[in-house]
Amino acid sequence: MKVMALTGNEAVAEAMRQINPDVVAAYPITPQTELMHKFAEFVADGLVDTEMVLVESEHSALSATVGASAAGVRAMTATSSQGLALMWEILYIAAGLRLPIVMAVVNRALSAPINIHGDHSDTMGARDSGWIQIFSENAQEAYDNTIIAVRVAEHPEVLLPVMVTMDGFIISHTMERVEVLDDEVVRNFIGEYNPRYKLLDVENPVTFGPLDLQDYYFEHKRAQAEAMENAYRFIKEVDEEFYKISGRRYQYVEPYEIDDADVVLISLGSTAGTIKDVVDNLRLKGMRVGALKIRLYRPFPRDEVIEYLSNASVIGVMDRAIAFGAPYGPVCLDVKSVLQGTKFSELPVVNYIYGLGGRDIRPGDIERIFIELDKVRISGEVPKSPRFIGVRGEEDYFEKVKRLVKN
Amino acid sequence: MSELKKWYELPVGGLIIEPGSAVKYKTGSWRTFKPVLDRSKCNDCLICWIYCPDNSILVNDGKMVGFDYDHCKGCGICAEVCPDKAKAISMVLEHQ
Ligand code: SF4
Ligand code: SF4
Repeated sequence: MKVMALTGNEAVAEAMRQINPDVVAAYPITPQTELMHKFAEFVADGLVDTEMVLVESEHSALSATVGASAAGVRAMTATSSQGLALMWEILYIAAGLRLPIVMAVVNRALSAPINIHGDHSDTMGARDSGWIQIFSENAQEAYDNTIIAVRVAEHPEVLLPVMVTMDGFIISHTMERVEVLDDEVVRNFIGEYNPRYKLLDVENPVTFGPLDLQDYYFEHKRAQAEAMENAYRFIKEVDEEFYKISGRRYQYVEPYEIDDADVVLISLGSTAGTIKDVVDNLRLKGMRVGALKIRLYRPFPRDEVIEYLSNASVIGVMDRAIAFGAPYGPVCLDVKSVLQGTKFSELPVVNYIYGLGGRDIRPGDIERIFIELDKVRISGEVPKSPRFIGVRGEEDYFEKVKRLVKN
Repeated sequence: MSELKKWYELPVGGLIIEPGSAVKYKTGSWRTFKPVLDRSKCNDCLICWIYCPDNSILVNDGKMVGFDYDHCKGCGICAEVCPDKAKAISMVLEHQ
C-alpha cells in the first residue's frame, strides 16, 4: 500500500492501470477527459497491456467496449454527461447482453443550456438501464469502487455492467490523499477473467444479440431482473472481500450519527461528506441529526434504507437531478417507494433538489435544510413538493425558517 | 419447435449457444407467397440454391428437388433469379 496525492480522475485511472483491462475504448469529454488522458499515458508508457481504441464518439466507445466484452475480454470505458447520453442505445445492449463492462462516469449536467459542471442528471437518467450504479463520495471511494466493480460485474450470478460515478470537478479534479493498494494485491483480488461464452471462441460458437420475439424476449428480461436481485445479494460479499485486502469496509448505505437521530438527511456522492461535517456541527449545538449516504444506487438498497430510517422522525432526501414531471426527484421517489407499505410509510419525507450545473451546496445550505426538517418534525407540516435549494428566487422560505430558530 | 423454456432455464443474455439451432426455429408461417417448382422446366443450374437467403432450396444428388417450407419465407428471390430460359419457379399465394 502507498499513499498518493491524486484527483478523482487520476485515482480511477490508477485503478484501471492496476486492473489492466484488455480493451479500453473511449472518447474525451469534460470532466472525464483527464481520466482517459492519464490512462492513455499508462498505455503509451507500456505500463498496461491494454488495447486502447480511440473512437469518434461515445456511441462508438461503448459499442467497441461491448464488442470487446462479447469477444471475451475485460473491457472498460469512461464518460460524462452528453457522452453518456450518446451511449444510450448501447447502455441497454450492454446490460441485455449481460456484459460485465465497468465504466467510470464523471457526473456532469446535461445540455441545454450547456454546462460542464457536476450534477447527477446524466446517470440518474440511466438508472433503469440495467446497469449497476455505485456512487463515490471522494477520490478514495472512486478508486476502491472501480476495483470492486470489476468483481461485481464479473460475478457469475450477476454478469451486469457497472457504472462507478464521481461528482464532476468536485471529486474528479480535486486532489486528495488516496491509499493505493499494491498492484499485486489488486490483480489477485480481481483475478483472471474467464467468461463462459466468448464470441471469438471458434471451438464453441455462440451468437450474441439474435432476434428475440414475443416467445422469449420477456423471459430474457425476467432473467435480467433476477441478475439485479443477485447483485443486491452478492455485492456485499465482494465488499467484504475488499475489506480484507484494504481495511476499508463499504456498505450499500453509510449511516452517520443515525442511531439516535430524529432528523436524517439522505444523499449521494460528494455532498454526503459536507453533510457529515454539518451533522457534527449541529450535534455540538445539541440537535439530534444524522445522515445516510447511498453508495449503491442500483440495485437500490431497499432493506438498508428501511433499517436505518427506522428511528427517524423526519427524513430529507437530497436530489442532484430533476425527474421532470415526476412528483419528486429520482432518489426521493425510490426512498418513498421503499417506505410505502411498511410501518414507516407515514414518515414525513421532504425532497430537496440542489446543486444543478455545479451550483455549490454549502454547509450553511445544509444547516438550513436540517433546521427546516426539524421544524417539519415539530409542526408536522410536510412540504408536498420538492424544495429547490440554492436557486435564486427560492430564498424566502429559508428566511422564514431562520426566524423560527432560537440561537 | 421444442417446448418453450422457462426464464431460469435460458442461457445468459439471450445468447444462442447451440450452433445451427436456427433450423429448429420455423419461419415458414411468415409467408404470404410460396415458391412452387415446375420440374419440367428446371435445368438444375442451382442458381436458386446459391441465392436463397434461408437455405431453403432442397437439393439431392445435384438436382433441385423442391423447397423447405418450414423455413422458406417466401421472399421470391429464387423465382427472380431462375434464368429466363427456365423460369421454373412461380410464386403463388400461400393459401392457394
Ligand atoms: S422464396 Fe425465398 S426463402 Fe423461399 S426458397 Fe425462394 S429464395 Fe428461398
Ligand atoms: S434456378 Fe431455376 S432452373 Fe436453376 S435449379 Fe433453380 S429452379 Fe432449376
